[in-house]
Amino acid sequence: MGIVIVDGHEVEVGPQERINCIQAAARAGIDIPYYCWHPGLSVVASCRMCLVETGAKHPETGAITMVPKLVPACQTPAKDGTVVVTTSKAVVENRSRVEESLLLDHPIDCPICDKAGECLLQDYHFEHGQSQRRTDIRPFTSRRRELGPTVTLFVDRCVMCSRCVRFAREISGTRELLVINRGSHEEIDVFPGHPLDNKMSGNVVDLCPVGALGDKDFLYKQRVWFMKNQPGVCAGCSTGCSIEICQNQDTVYRLKPRENPFVNKWWMCDEGRYGYHHVHRADRLVEPRRRDGAALVNADWSALPQELDARLKKAGRLAVVISPFLTVEEAYLLAQMAKKYDPQAVLALGPVPVDGKDEKFPGGFTIHAEKCPNRKGVEAVLNKFSERLVTFDQLLTELDSGTIRAAWVAGGYPKPWIDEATAERFDKLDLLIAQDMFDSPLWQRATYQLPGASFAERAGSYVNCNDRLQSFDWAIRPPAGVWIEGHLYWRLLGRKGMYNPRSVLSEVAAEIIYFAAAGGEVSPVGVDLKVNLLAAGNGATTPAAAQATA
Amino acid sequence: MPKFEPVLLANIGKPNSHTLAAYQAAGGYKGLRKVLKEMTPAATIDLVKASNLRGRGGAGFPTGLKWTFLPKDHPGPIYMCINADESEPATFNNRILMEEDPHQVLEGTIISCYATRASTAYIYLRFEYPLCYERLQKAIDECYAANLLGKKILGSEFSLDIYLHRGAAAYICGEETGLIESLEGKRAWPRIKPPFPAVEGLFRKPTVVNNVETMACVTQIAARGVDWFKSIGVPSDPKNPRDPGSYGPKLYCISGHINKPGCYEAPLGITCRQLIDEYGGGVWKGRKAKAAVPGGISMGLLTEAEFDTPLDFAGPGKVGCLGLGTAAVTVIDETVSMVDFLHNTCRFFQHESCGQCTPCREGTNWALRMMERIKAGRGRLRDLDLLLEIGDSIGIIPGSTICGLADGAAWPMKNAIRKFRGEFEEYIRRTNPSGYMTTEAVQAMSVAAGH
Repeated sequence: MGIVIVDGHEVEVGPQERINCIQAAARAGIDIPYYCWHPGLSVVASCRMCLVETGAKHPETGAITMVPKLVPACQTPAKDGTVVVTTSKAVVENRSRVEESLLLDHPIDCPICDKAGECLLQDYHFEHGQSQRRTDIRPFTSRRRELGPTVTLFVDRCVMCSRCVRFAREISGTRELLVINRGSHEEIDVFPGHPLDNKMSGNVVDLCPVGALGDKDFLYKQRVWFMKNQPGVCAGCSTGCSIEICQNQDTVYRLKPRENPFVNKWWMCDEGRYGYHHVHRADRLVEPRRRDGAALVNADWSALPQELDARLKKAGRLAVVISPFLTVEEAYLLAQMAKKYDPQAVLALGPVPVDGKDEKFPGGFTIHAEKCPNRKGVEAVLNKFSERLVTFDQLLTELDSGTIRAAWVAGGYPKPWIDEATAERFDKLDLLIAQDMFDSPLWQRATYQLPGASFAERAGSYVNCNDRLQSFDWAIRPPAGVWIEGHLYWRLLGRKGMYNPRSVLSEVAAEIIYFAAAGGEVSPVGVDLKVNLLAAGNGATTPAAAQATA
Repeated sequence: MPKFEPVLLANIGKPNSHTLAAYQAAGGYKGLRKVLKEMTPAATIDLVKASNLRGRGGAGFPTGLKWTFLPKDHPGPIYMCINADESEPATFNNRILMEEDPHQVLEGTIISCYATRASTAYIYLRFEYPLCYERLQKAIDECYAANLLGKKILGSEFSLDIYLHRGAAAYICGEETGLIESLEGKRAWPRIKPPFPAVEGLFRKPTVVNNVETMACVTQIAARGVDWFKSIGVPSDPKNPRDPGSYGPKLYCISGHINKPGCYEAPLGITCRQLIDEYGGGVWKGRKAKAAVPGGISMGLLTEAEFDTPLDFAGPGKVGCLGLGTAAVTVIDETVSMVDFLHNTCRFFQHESCGQCTPCREGTNWALRMMERIKAGRGRLRDLDLLLEIGDSIGIIPGSTICGLADGAAWPMKNAIRKFRGEFEEYIRRTNPSGYMTTEAVQAMSVAAGH
C-alpha cells in the first residue's frame, strides 16, 4: 500500500494501482481542473489546466524534494511517496492564465449555448478565472458547421482538448475527426465526403468539455438546468448501458451514458442514445379498452382489476407471454399471477428481437444484436416457474392445438413485433389480454387493450447479456391512461399498498438462486449474478436449490 | 582573419567537394574504417563521451551521454534520426554541410549508428533545401555503391540503411519528438515526456535524435581523436561538476546588418564582438550595432554592451539569454526599431506554434495581437507588462508547455522588453499620446479597432 500526499492529506494507493495525480487528489476530495484528460482516452497533457507542483518524499529520511516547475497532474503517476501541491501560488496563477487564454478567442455566447450549465469552461472560470478581461481581442465570431448526421460543431467555442479526435481514433476506431490548421488557427474538422458518421458518434458531444460539439437531436431543446437526470438503464440492446435519463416535467430530452466500469465504461451507442423518441410518439396507446361484441369501449382503470380478476378466474387454460422488455420484478409478478389463476398456465418468453450481428468497437464497447434489455432476467424467472423454457414459437404451436383458452400478452416493444399471420393464431381464444405501447395486429384482436409503459417509466431491474443486474427507478410518469405493467400485476395479486419493485426483488432473490446476489443493496453499477452461480457450483435454478440458499 | 584552421568546413570550396571521390581524396572515411576495424560500439560511445561533445542542434545536450540512455541489450531495432529540419531563423550551418560536404555528415552518421547499434537511420530534411536533398541522396547512393552503407559495411558485421525523408516545412518538426511524430506520418505534435525517445521513440522503439553538425563533429573526433577535440573551446567549469564544458569547433552563422554575412567556423567560446569584427567584417554601412541575436531568435537578444559575451554553451545564459542555440548571430544595427523586431518575432512564433498546449497556442497569438496594436499606434504601457507576463509564464522552464517552442517564443519578448524597455515606452507614448496610460480592462463587448 502506497501513500500519496495531496495538499497535506494522505491518500492510499494500492500496490497494483496505476493512477495519476488527478485521481489521487480526487480521493482526498480535492478537485484538480482539467479539460483534455479523460480516464477512457490516451493522455496528451495539452490543455495545461491540471498543472500542479509535485515532489517525492524520501522513504527513509522523510525529506520532501519538489520538482522545480509545474507538471501536468494527468501525466504524473501517483506512487508511494508522491507529494502533490494544488494550492500554491504558481498553480493558482497558472489555472487563471489558462482560463484567460482559453477565453481569448471564445465567443462567450453562453446564453445561446446548449452546454451552459454543464460547461467546464464556465465552471472553471468561476472557480479559477479572472474577474476582468484583460485582452481586447475581438472574439465574436460564431461559425458553425456540420460534422455528420448527429453532431454539429460550433467552431469558435472549441478549446482544442482533442478528446473527440482521440475518441474517434481510440474508441470508435473510425478516425473521422482531425485537427486542421496550426497554432491559434487550429480547428476540429472532418475530411470532405467523410462525415462523422459512426454508431457511437453521439459520445463526442458528452466528451466535449465546452459547447463546441452540439447534439443535433438535443440542440436548442432544453436548458440543462431545467432537467433532472435520473439514473436508468438503456433498453436498446442486451448490453444494458447505464444511462442518465434527462427529463423535465415528464418529457425526456436526451439520454446520456452513466459511468459504469462493468458495462459501458463512459460510452453508449447512438441507437440507444436516440432510441427514446418512441416514449413521446403521438400514436402511443393511452386508452384502456374492452371489446364489447364487435365494438371496443373505453374501460375505466379503477374497475379493471376486479373485472380482469373475474374473467381470468373462469378463463380455463391460460397462457402468458412475458416480453423481454419487462423488468425482472414484473416478469416475476406476472408469472406468479398466472400461476394463481391457473397452476398449469403456460409461461412463454416473448419474441426476442435480433438485428444483425454483435458489433465490437476497438475501445471494447459492444453493441449487441439482441435488441431487448432483459431476456436473461425473464428467462431466469420463467425457469423458476416452469419445467422447461417455452419460446414464443412453441407457444404458437400449443395455441394451434386449441387447449389454451385465454392468453395474457405483455408486449412493451418499441418497434413492430408481430405480424398479421402470427396474430391470427390467437383468434381461437376466448380471452386475449394485450398490454402494449403501440398498435399491432395482436392489439386489434385483444379482448382487453391495456396500454403499457416505456423503459423511462418503469422501475425495476434488467439483467444484461453478461448476467449483470442493474436496478433503476422511474424517470418520468407514464402518460395519463397508462398503467405500468408491474402496478397492474401487483393489484391483481391482491398485494397491499403501492407496487414496490425493491420488495419484489428481495423476494425474487430469496426464491431464485440465480438472483441471490441481488438480495442486498444493488449498487448504482449493478451486481454480477454470476458470482453466485459459481458459488452454487452448477448454476442450478431449481426450487430446491433456491430454498437451500434462502 | 584569425589563425584558426577550419576543420568542419575544410572541404568547402574545393571542386566537387560533395562527391565521394573528392571526400575520400581529402582523407574521408578513414575515421569510419578505423572505428569499424579497431573499436567496439561501446568503445565508440566512450570515445564520444570522453570528447564531451555537446549536441549542436540548440540545447547542447552531451551526445555521448544521450547515447548511453539507450536500453542495454535491447533486441532492436534501434533508430537513429538525423535532425536536418534546420528551421531556426537565420540558421544555415547544416545547409552548408549538407550541400557542400554531405559525406562528412554521412560518415558521422554511420559511426554514430555503429556506436548505438542502430540499423536504420532517417535523415529528416526540411523541405526548403532542394539542393541538400539532391546532394544527400546522391551521396547516400554513392555510399551504397561503395559498400559504405548497406549490408556488412566494409567487410565488417555492421549493416546500416539510411533513408532521406523530406519534411513539409514546419518549425515544430525540428523538436525531436515532433520530428519523430512527423516521421511516423502524423501531425508533428511533440510528445509528452517521459518516456524519452531513447527509451520509446520512433515507432515506439529506442531512438536517438542528433543534429547534422553533431554528426560532422563525430566524424572529426573519430578521425582526429579526443585530445584534438578538447584542445579547442572552453573547458568545463571546475566549480560545477555537472558542466560538460564547450569543446570543439562550431559553425557560426552571421547574418543581418553585417558586411560579410556567412557561415564561419570558430572555436567555441569566441565572443560575439570578435565574431562580428573578425569574421563578419563589422556592422554594415559603418553603422553601430544596437543588439544581436546570439543563436537564432528563440535565444533572445544581446545588447551592444553585452557583445563581449563568449558564445559557448554557458555564455549567453549569463546575460539573460536562453542559451547558445544554433549559434546563428543576427546583427541588428542602430536604425532598427525594437518594436518592429519584436513584432516580427511574435509573428513567427504565432505562425509556428503547433497549437497543442494552451499557453503557447493562445499566448503567442495574444502577444502578436498586442504587438500589432502597439505598432498601429494604440499601445498602452500596460501591454508591456502583459507581454512580460506571457513571456514569463509560457515554456518548459515554468512547466506550462510540452516542448521548448514556447520558451523560444518567450525569450525574445522578455529580452526585448527588459533590455529595451525605454524604447518601447517611448514608442507607445509617441504613437498613442492620448491613451498610453489607460489601464482599465477592456470590455469584451467593445471592439478594439485594428483587429
